[in-house]
Amino acid sequence: MPDNAVIGALRAGPRKGKAVTERFVTRGFVGRRSAPGDIDVSARIPPGQYLTTDFPVLSAGPTPRTPLERWSLRIDGLVANPVSWTWEEFRALPARDWTVDISCVTKWTKLDMHWRGVSIDTLFEHVDLDPAAAYVVASCDGGYTTNLPLGDVLNGQAFVAFEYDGRPLTAEHGGPARLVVPGRYFWKSAKWIRGIRVQRADEPGFWESLGYHNRGDQWREERYDGD
Amino acid sequence: MASPIDWQLATVAAARDETTTVRTLTLALPAWPGHRPGQHVDLRLTAEDGYSVERSYSIASEPERGAEIDITVERIPDGEVSPFLHEVVVPGDRLEVRGPIGGYFVWESSLGGPLFLVGGGSGVVPLMAMLRHRARSGSTVPARLLFSCRGPDDAIYRAEIDTLAAADPAFDVAYTFTRVQPPGWTGYTRRVDRAMLAEVIEPLGSAARTFICGPTALVEVAANALVGLGVAADRVRTERFGPSGT
Amino acid sequence: MDPDDPAAERMLDGNAVAGTLGAVFGADVTLVPGRCAHCGAVNMVGALRAWVGGPGSVLRCPACDSVVIRIVTTPRGTLVDVRGAAYLRFEQR
Repeated sequence: MPDNAVIGALRAGPRKGKAVTERFVTRGFVGRRSAPGDIDVSARIPPGQYLTTDFPVLSAGPTPRTPLERWSLRIDGLVANPVSWTWEEFRALPARDWTVDISCVTKWTKLDMHWRGVSIDTLFEHVDLDPAAAYVVASCDGGYTTNLPLGDVLNGQAFVAFEYDGRPLTAEHGGPARLVVPGRYFWKSAKWIRGIRVQRADEPGFWESLGYHNRGDQWREERYDGD
Repeated sequence: MASPIDWQLATVAAARDETTTVRTLTLALPAWPGHRPGQHVDLRLTAEDGYSVERSYSIASEPERGAEIDITVERIPDGEVSPFLHEVVVPGDRLEVRGPIGGYFVWESSLGGPLFLVGGGSGVVPLMAMLRHRARSGSTVPARLLFSCRGPDDAIYRAEIDTLAAADPAFDVAYTFTRVQPPGWTGYTRRVDRAMLAEVIEPLGSAARTFICGPTALVEVAANALVGLGVAADRVRTERFGPSGT
Repeated sequence: MDPDDPAAERMLDGNAVAGTLGAVFGADVTLVPGRCAHCGAVNMVGALRAWVGGPGSVLRCPACDSVVIRIVTTPRGTLVDVRGAAYLRFEQR
């Protein structure tokens, strides 16, 4: 049974006003959920999330493998001139280390993940945004897409990561490069990113168009459409 | 009678260990519609705070058993559900069950044969339902089981399989023990591959209705190999369990 | 399956989501043939390749890997997108 010190982290219970249905409770079942064992840490775990120490891989398909010689990252759409970087050009951009907490909508949260990557701000220094620019759609090898307001990816809020834990990002985890948006559920941190399209209008991506929340702020527990 | 799409409450009627890591639970269901060999059930487990998980388990028992079914569960060391089913659940407990599910991975004696079954580890579970049904229904279609496991102590149902094979001239089993072999073993000792499959299926011919179940990697190798050996793709049905050890 | 792809091991068959789809359609759909909208291959739903465990389940064409069916379960219901199928052919009753 959870003790009071970890109630914050294990806080699940009825979701936002929806009463717990007359769900049959299975005697003795708790599931694999770990308590942080440390009161300070529980404040870093968003509502309904559980702490994990591993880095689960959840796949929606075969792992895309683009050879680096054919890889590019492009920004286009409502910009004066589209811009594209080859792998060498991308790696020549100023990069920095990021230590962030990550939450997946499947309920795991991992604290203090160490990434290295290029800030979206750095990338956008190379384009002139049209005054009507308001949203971005990230597109990826394998066909995945996700959408974000421009305001959610600028000002230090997002980066394109190429290293995790001091090593080149593995293909399994989205390498050679993935988007990371720590302030949103991890489905917004698009693996295998290849393009960022700047748009006037919002355009729900792969999961946003099938029941997931358009914005995905884990601190407001914006998991599903209608939350 | 409950519909297969509704959750119903099953009572655990019995539990027995098959191997040191594999346990069979017998579930008594008040409104069980009956099942076909190869089908599975979904289990739903809910904690007091509402956290819930679902898992699928192949039905190990034959439909002739009636309103009781067996599920056979391998204990995965860091698993979320299997340790619970092994260590916490006792006869008398109730579990939410939905099913039977899946018409794709099904064999009944009315479908005829020959019948070729390839199982890896706990992938043998739905195949066992087929074999038990085949025996209970008095079917005489030629059948062969190729069963890959780490060692004889991991071969779920081994005694029963060997008894069936000894009693039925139309049914044969070939084991491949990939890590540990019994003393004096002259059978296969390597992972399932095309050459092995060619040898084992040979008496049945390429018209055999084939069912392959187990870790995804084994299923991939076997399915591709059999199609390459001339078995029609629509005669090969697969049930991938995911990575080994999950 | 690419033997070097670590994700490949996690691939299942459409049978793995048969319970969810069965609850949605009110009947077992694993034997329902569907035509891939991308490459035209026809396969039973049970034979599609299933990727589960993420935010939703994705069923892909065994011939070309394109997404045929997507499934998301939410507290407000289960959403199913079958636009990746040119058709699903159900038996007449």
